[in-house]
Amino acid sequence: MTKNKEIGRARRRIEGELKVTGQAKYAAEYNVPDLLHGYIVNATIVKGKIESIDEAATRAVPGVVDIIHHENRPKMAYFDMQYSDMDAPPGSPFRPLYDAEIKFHGQPIALVVAKTFEAARYAASLLKITYTEEEFDVNLKTNLDRAKKPSMGLATLIKPLPPGPRGDFDAAYATATAKFEGEFHHGAQHHNPMEMFASTTVYEGEGKLTIYDKTQGTNNSQLFIGNIFGLKMGNVRVIAPYVGGGFGSGLRPQHQLVLSVLAALCLKRNVRVSMDRSQMFTYGHRPETIQHTRFGATADGELTAVNHVAHSETSRYEDYNEVVVNHAGMLYPAQNVTLDYKLVPLDVSTPMDMRAPGGVTGMVAVENTMDQVADRLGMDPLEFRLKNYAERDHSSDKPFSSKELRECYRQGAESFGWKDRRPTGQPEKRGNRIVGRGMSSGLWDVIALPGKATAEFNAEGKLVVSSAVNDCGQGAYTVFSQIAADQLGLPLESVKFVYGDSELPLSPIQGGSYTTGVVGSAVKLACLALRNKLFKLAQILDGFPLGDALPQDVDFMDGEIIVKKDPTIRVKLTDVVAFNQGKPVKASKSNIPNVFKLKQYTRAAHAASFVEVEIDEQLGIVNVTRAVTAVAAGAIMNPKTARSQILGGMVWGISLATREESLLDKKMGKYVNDDLGEYHLPVHADIHDLEVIFVEEHDEIINALGAKGIGEIGMISMAPAIINAVYNATGKLVTALPLKVGDLL
Amino acid sequence: MQNIPPPATRSVSLRVNGKPAQLEVAPWVSLLDALRHDLDLTGTKKGCDHGQCGACTVICDGERILSCLTLAVMKDGSEITTIEGLGQPGNLHPLQEAFLEHDAYQCGYCTSGQICSGVAMIEAGHGKTREEVKDLMSGNLCRCGANTNIIDAIMAVKDGNHE
Repeated sequence: MTKNKEIGRARRRIEGELKVTGQAKYAAEYNVPDLLHGYIVNATIVKGKIESIDEAATRAVPGVVDIIHHENRPKMAYFDMQYSDMDAPPGSPFRPLYDAEIKFHGQPIALVVAKTFEAARYAASLLKITYTEEEFDVNLKTNLDRAKKPSMGLATLIKPLPPGPRGDFDAAYATATAKFEGEFHHGAQHHNPMEMFASTTVYEGEGKLTIYDKTQGTNNSQLFIGNIFGLKMGNVRVIAPYVGGGFGSGLRPQHQLVLSVLAALCLKRNVRVSMDRSQMFTYGHRPETIQHTRFGATADGELTAVNHVAHSETSRYEDYNEVVVNHAGMLYPAQNVTLDYKLVPLDVSTPMDMRAPGGVTGMVAVENTMDQVADRLGMDPLEFRLKNYAERDHSSDKPFSSKELRECYRQGAESFGWKDRRPTGQPEKRGNRIVGRGMSSGLWDVIALPGKATAEFNAEGKLVVSSAVNDCGQGAYTVFSQIAADQLGLPLESVKFVYGDSELPLSPIQGGSYTTGVVGSAVKLACLALRNKLFKLAQILDGFPLGDALPQDVDFMDGEIIVKKDPTIRVKLTDVVAFNQGKPVKASKSNIPNVFKLKQYTRAAHAASFVEVEIDEQLGIVNVTRAVTAVAAGAIMNPKTARSQILGGMVWGISLATREESLLDKKMGKYVNDDLGEYHLPVHADIHDLEVIFVEEHDEIINALGAKGIGEIGMISMAPAIINAVYNATGKLVTALPLKVGDLL
Repeated sequence: MQNIPPPATRSVSLRVNGKPAQLEVAPWVSLLDALRHDLDLTGTKKGCDHGQCGACTVICDGERILSCLTLAVMKDGSEITTIEGLGQPGNLHPLQEAFLEHDAYQCGYCTSGQICSGVAMIEAGHGKTREEVKDLMSGNLCRCGANTNIIDAIMAVKDGNHE
């Protein structure tokens, strides 16, 4: 095998020049001819029925072309199954403009289409809708007694429900020397990618559509639209090369996609529908969750008893589930464990995966509880975790495919200077601020899925690799190009990666930290198949230049096949293409996970974060001044973009712990801070010294690359470490995120 | 709300990226929408349309402004520089180059605003220290969390230690 030159090398993004010069086009930026603009009208009640829609004032606005709603919409599919998508939880998916029923506040109920964006927006504000309102309930806390087990479905295959009890929790907890019982809460949060959802639908005639969509899966949007409108899949093309952030929000097709297609089909015209920022609060969100923990340990610091229970909101029409409570049992070898996860259906839109879904929610409760137990034992938090280090996953009684968490602890602690941490309640002072230091572990499951890629080598000497996959900023395009280059021993400049188009080889939605492992492995396999094909053709070139050399006897380097024993014997790959009558030599390959092998192991990325906070004693303001996150996530494809992804995760952790929350008014049933002024995100002035360490980790099991994925793991350990640092400084445990100034006064 | 017919269009003369641009726009069209739609300069981004995110930042007569909070008709006779005018592939502005080097972007959607904001801040001579730069750049949100890399890129250009 040719040695890797590109994999593991810090590389700039291949699409970088396009992004920094404004040339990269996003969904709302295709200014096709004769474009109409649609503006969404949202329900102003939470639950009930539309009684009437008065269109008169709207129709009177010059430039208005049409108003589409449930009474006049074209035919849409009847069965729930036809509205499903690759990330749909069990239940009955929401159908925009399907009927008069209102299921949640802000539900899209009409689309006003006009010749200009401004006319559509103004006219939409004039639509008069009368409703019959029904009683609603959006209060999680007062409905815990109605909690139910999540329904089983495709989603629960990827996001398993908690394992059954092990040992005797009650007895172990009763006899534990040090114990802590806690309740943890966070409200809903919205993804708020910088780009607002938009779809530009081009009506190509005869039921044929080209759609520029903001999505995390071109094939997902294609299948969704094809199914709902009964179109042939070949007639629906979805293009999304650049996506202005996803964080999970694009894992399901959003309302604007259906609405722009509805209008395009109805009017036989090109139609763009963009959401505004407040409409970015009308689809899924990270669900509000209440958790209870009870952990107990023996006097010498052995964690013996773990009980972790979570209640999350879901909608009345779908059972959205995530993995919240499973991780304590994987992270620590406690022998007496009971876990429970339940859903409370409320009159809200179905929650959605949002960066590190479930994982970060659960880890906040687990790792904050761990520190409380350590405190009661008088043990250093890191020492307590090392004392309870799991060499195998006791929750499923399986070995880890690899686990270098111990090294994350060691390297992270050393770089951070953990030894300088003071005991809780004896903080160092800096002016009017006190300093706290905290740490946390993190874990994220490695998900395996099938994916496909095609590789071809052409007469220009270029390796063209393609997949329908898209990239919301993770760096996937660059990484896939690097993987491809190494398989054929080519410089990166000779690789062209073609992406973000549903006509290319099928890709799953990109999320869950699995895209490099899934699509990257497919790229590798396709390129290896191409290599094999090129070699076989080279063998039968005129004069048989390679003689009796076998595949293992040659190197592929810089566009040539070179016989190892006699490097003077070389065949140019372009000569092989010429021999193939100038036609590109092509190979397609799917990455099919070996489920039988994989299921013998627990597969997870691990991390440890170490955080310093400064707290203003008078004002209670918390500043995260310094943080180190050490990550063990298998092979790192591109240290430059990988570091950025972990930094992004760390910023998300800071945001979760100290900034963001969608405030749901329980009486109004709506999110009241639905803009970027009131939905607080960290700004540059909030972000200080962040350090990323990648710990070396080899994994032969998980996939063809040994890459576990890094999209979520950078976030998971940050939020709990911040809360532990605040506790270290103040002796106060903040249990409702984000922490508020008043919590510490 | 009363039903008022949309107003008649007006002529607006701008210089955009060094070239004259003649617009016929209704007074309710924002400079942002005029750039993105009428002039097809989609490098300037719409992230909130409310002046809360900074993605739409352009340089107008040497000052960084939020083009979503500016009506096109307000800027008749102005000189506007957008991301397209700062540099093009193969001919990058030093800050664009620094963004590549420091990986100061992920999804790329806040990038145009960050760069325009950074360029105007540097040219105005503001931001003496890293802490001041962080403060002065805080009107430009980044949801991917590229914050430290963005500030690194700006500091590299500002301190002149960028190649």
